Amino acid sequence: MRDGITRRELLQGLASAGVATSAGLSLVGCDGRPAAAYVPYDDGSGRVPKRGGRIRAASLVSSTADTLDPAKGGVSTDYVRHYMLYSGLTRFDSNLEAQPWLAEALESDDRVRWRIRLHRGVTFHDGRPLTAADVVYSLARHRKPETASKAKPIAAQFASIRATGPLEVALDLAGANADLPALLAISQFLIVPDGTTDFSRGIGCGPFRLKEFLPGVRTVVVRNENYWREGRPYLDEVELIGIPDEMSRVNALLSGDVHIVNAVNPRSTRRIRESPGHALQPTPSGLYTNLIMRRDMPVSSNPDFVMAMKYLVDRPTVQRALFRGYAKIANDHPIPPDHKYFLKDLPQRQYDPERARWHLKRAGLVGARLPMYASPAAEASVDIAAMLQHAAGEAGVSLAVNRVPSDGYWSNHWMKHPLSFGNTNPRPSADLLFTMFFASEAPLNESGWKNEQFDQLLVAARGEADEAKRKQLYGDMQEIVHSHCGIAIPCFIDFIDGFDRRLKGYGRLPLGGFMGYQFAEQVWWDA
Amino acid sequence: MSGATTTLPAMIAKRIGASFVTLLLVSAVVFAITQLLPGDAAEAALGQGATPETVAALRLELGLDRPAAVRYVEWVSGLAIGNAGTSMASGLPVAQLIAERLPKSLLLASCTAALATPFALAVGILAAVRRGSRLDRGLNVMTVTMIAVPEFLVATLAVLLFAVQLRWFSSLSALPTDFSLLAYARALAMPILALGFVVVAQMARMTRAAVIEQLEQPYVEMALLKGVSRTRIVLRHALPNAAGPIANAVALSLSYTFGGAIIVETIFNYPGVASLMVDAVTNRDMPVLQACAMIFCASYLLLVLLADVVALSSNPRLRHR
Repeated sequence: MRDGITRRELLQGLASAGVATSAGLSLVGCDGRPAAAYVPYDDGSGRVPKRGGRIRAASLVSSTADTLDPAKGGVSTDYVRHYMLYSGLTRFDSNLEAQPWLAEALESDDRVRWRIRLHRGVTFHDGRPLTAADVVYSLARHRKPETASKAKPIAAQFASIRATGPLEVALDLAGANADLPALLAISQFLIVPDGTTDFSRGIGCGPFRLKEFLPGVRTVVVRNENYWREGRPYLDEVELIGIPDEMSRVNALLSGDVHIVNAVNPRSTRRIRESPGHALQPTPSGLYTNLIMRRDMPVSSNPDFVMAMKYLVDRPTVQRALFRGYAKIANDHPIPPDHKYFLKDLPQRQYDPERARWHLKRAGLVGARLPMYASPAAEASVDIAAMLQHAAGEAGVSLAVNRVPSDGYWSNHWMKHPLSFGNTNPRPSADLLFTMFFASEAPLNESGWKNEQFDQLLVAARGEADEAKRKQLYGDMQEIVHSHCGIAIPCFIDFIDGFDRRLKGYGRLPLGGFMGYQFAEQVWWDA
Repeated sequence: MSGATTTLPAMIAKRIGASFVTLLLVSAVVFAITQLLPGDAAEAALGQGATPETVAALRLELGLDRPAAVRYVEWVSGLAIGNAGTSMASGLPVAQLIAERLPKSLLLASCTAALATPFALAVGILAAVRRGSRLDRGLNVMTVTMIAVPEFLVATLAVLLFAVQLRWFSSLSALPTDFSLLAYARALAMPILALGFVVVAQMARMTRAAVIEQLEQPYVEMALLKGVSRTRIVLRHALPNAAGPIANAVALSLSYTFGGAIIVETIFNYPGVASLMVDAVTNRDMPVLQACAMIFCASYLLLVLLADVVALSSNPRLRHR
C-alpha cells in the first residue's frame, strides 16, 4: 500500500469504500492489501451520511445524442448517467487505481489469460441475477463495428471471452496487459444484461434505476432499493440536465436551481467562492490542450522547428493568464505531475526565445510563414495560438492563426494541417494514453511521428508485472516524447466543479469532473 | 386575380396549395445545404475517436452509404405518408422528439404573443396618435433601445437580477412535470420577458408607421374637417385600413418567437424546437434537422396566411384588385 492511514482518511472514505466490499479479495497488483473496514464519510462536523434528498446536476452537454447505451457514451453527461444506472467489473479509487467491483477477483499469472470471478447475489433492476453470460455479452459486443462502441480500439485486444462457470469468466488478451483492471473500469465497459439491444429502459445493476429519460432534456433516476452495496446510495433521486452555456450553468447553481455543475470557467470561480452557500471542487487531472506539429508536412516536419516551437511556449503565463492557476505546468509529455509514473528527474522545459531563434536559424526557417489552426473545440487553444503567434513573431517566424468553429473541427482540421491543436481527456492508464495517441501505428497519433524505441518500450511496459520496472519504462517513454515528439503541451488543466454546500461527501477523482462522473453514489444531502 | 372577385375560402385554398410547393422547395434546399456541411452523422457521433473503420460501419448502419438523392426521395415520400423517419443521433422516431418539444415551443410562443401583441399595438397606436409629442419621442427611444439591446444581454441581466439576486424566478425554465399555473408562470416569466423585448419593439414601430401613414391620407383630413373625434378617426377609420400592414408585421415578429427563440432557449435551458434544431445541426442528424426546418417554414407560411386573411377581411377593397 502506497498511502498511510492519514491519506486514506483524507480521501474521505472514497478509496476505502472501494475496498470495503472487496474485503479479503484481491486484485493483481493489490495483493496483500489489508481489507479496510467501511469508513463513513466524515467532514469533521460529526455528521454521518443520511438517506434521502433529491438533487439536480447540470452538465455542459446534452443533446438528442444522449444515450443509455454505455458503449456509445462519449460526453460527461453520458458517463454520469451510465455510472448511475450500471455497475462495472472494477472501479477507480481517487488515485485512479482500479478496485474490485462487480468482479470480486481479477487474476492472471501472465497478464494475458485473466480469470474474473463475479460478486454473488447481484441483481439487475429487472430482478435478473448477474451471471457470467452478462459479462461475456457486455465485453464482446464492443468488438462488433455495428455496436459503434467508443471503446472498440481497446476491446480489440480481447482475443477470447467465455464463461467458465455461472460466476466465472475467462478473458484472454491478444498480448500481455497489466492494466486490464483499469481498462475495465471505464464507463463503456459497464455491465448490461445478456442480449440487450434496446437500452431504452436503462436496466443495469447500478445504484439508481431509470425513472425518466428524455434525450437532450433530462434524465431522472431513483434509488435502487436492491442495490448490491449495503447502505448505498444515499440520495432518493437525481435529476441530470445539460446547460451548455457556462454563464447560465453557474447562474443556475447560484440561484439554487441546480446543486452541482461541472466545467466551470476559471473566470467564474470567484463568483462561486464568494457565495456563502456554494463551494468549488477543482480536480487536477491529465486533461491537456496541445500543439500538434505534423511530422509528414512541410516546415513542421523539421526537428529544429519542433524544438523552437516547444521553447516558445510560455507555460507559466498560460497557467496564470488563461487558467487563473487552475492548471499544472506540463513538460511536453502527457503524464501529469501527480501520476504514479511521472518522471520527476526530467528537467522542466522553459520559455526560451533565444534558443528558439537558434533552432530556427539552424533550420534556415527565419522569415518563414506558416498557418496554424485553433478552435474553441480544443480548450484555450485560440488564446494559446495568439500567445505563440506573438512569441514566434519575435523569433522570426510568422504564424497565421486560423480560428475555426468547434463544429466539425475534429473531423476537418485536427491533425490535418502542419500546426493544429488537440485536446486530450485523462485516460485510466499511462499505457492507454500512449497506445491511443503516441504509438507509431495509432490512428490518433497526433503528430504522425514514428519512434521504434518508443513502440518497443510501450509493449514491454504493458506486459511488465514489476511496478518499479514499469515506472522506469514509462519514465523512458516520457523522455522520448519530451525530446522528439511533435507535440507541445503547455499545461494540465483542472476540471472545476461547483456545488451546493448542503451536498456532503463531494470529492474528486482525476478521471474528470463530477467526482470522475461517479458522484451520485457517493454524496448525501444534508438539509 | 385582376378584376375578378376572389372569395376568402378560395384564396385560402390556393395559398395552402402554394404552401406545399414552397415546403417541397425549401426541403430540397435545406437538404442540399446540409450536404455541404463538413462531416456526417457517423463522424459526429464518433467525434474525436472516429477511425475510418468505425465510421464506415456506422454509416452502413445509418444508411448514410447510399447516394444523397436516394435518401432525399425516401425522406420526402416518408413524410408524405406522415412518417418523419428516425433520428440518427438518438435512434428515436423524429415524431416522438418533435412531440416532446413542439408543445413547449408553442406554449412559449403563444404566451409571448398573447402578452406582447396587445402591448405593442397599444404602444404603436399611442405613439402614432401623439406623433411628435414628448410621449412619442420617449416611446421611440424606448423601442429603438429595445431593438438595439441584444436579447442575450437582456436575458442574462434578467437572470442575474431576478434569479440569482432576488430569487423570484427560476434561472431555468424547464417546465415542472406537474401542471400548476403559478409554477408555469414562474418558469416562463423570464423567457417571455426576454423574447417579448425584441418583438414588442418591432411590432410597435411597424404599427406606429402604418397608423401614421393612414393618418396622413386625405380622408382623415376630411373626417377632421367634418368634426369627427380623434379617437373615432383612429379607431374607426385609420386602424382598419392599417390592419393589413400591422397584421403582416405581427406575423413576422411572431414567427420569430417560434423559430428565433434559440438564444432564449439556450440561456434558460428551455427544451424547445429551436434548440432541437441546433442539436440536429451539431450531430448532423438530418431527419431531425429537416423536420424542424419544415415546422418553422410551415409555421411561417401559416402566420403570413393568417395575416393576409386579417387584411382581407378588414379591407374588402383588397379582394377586388
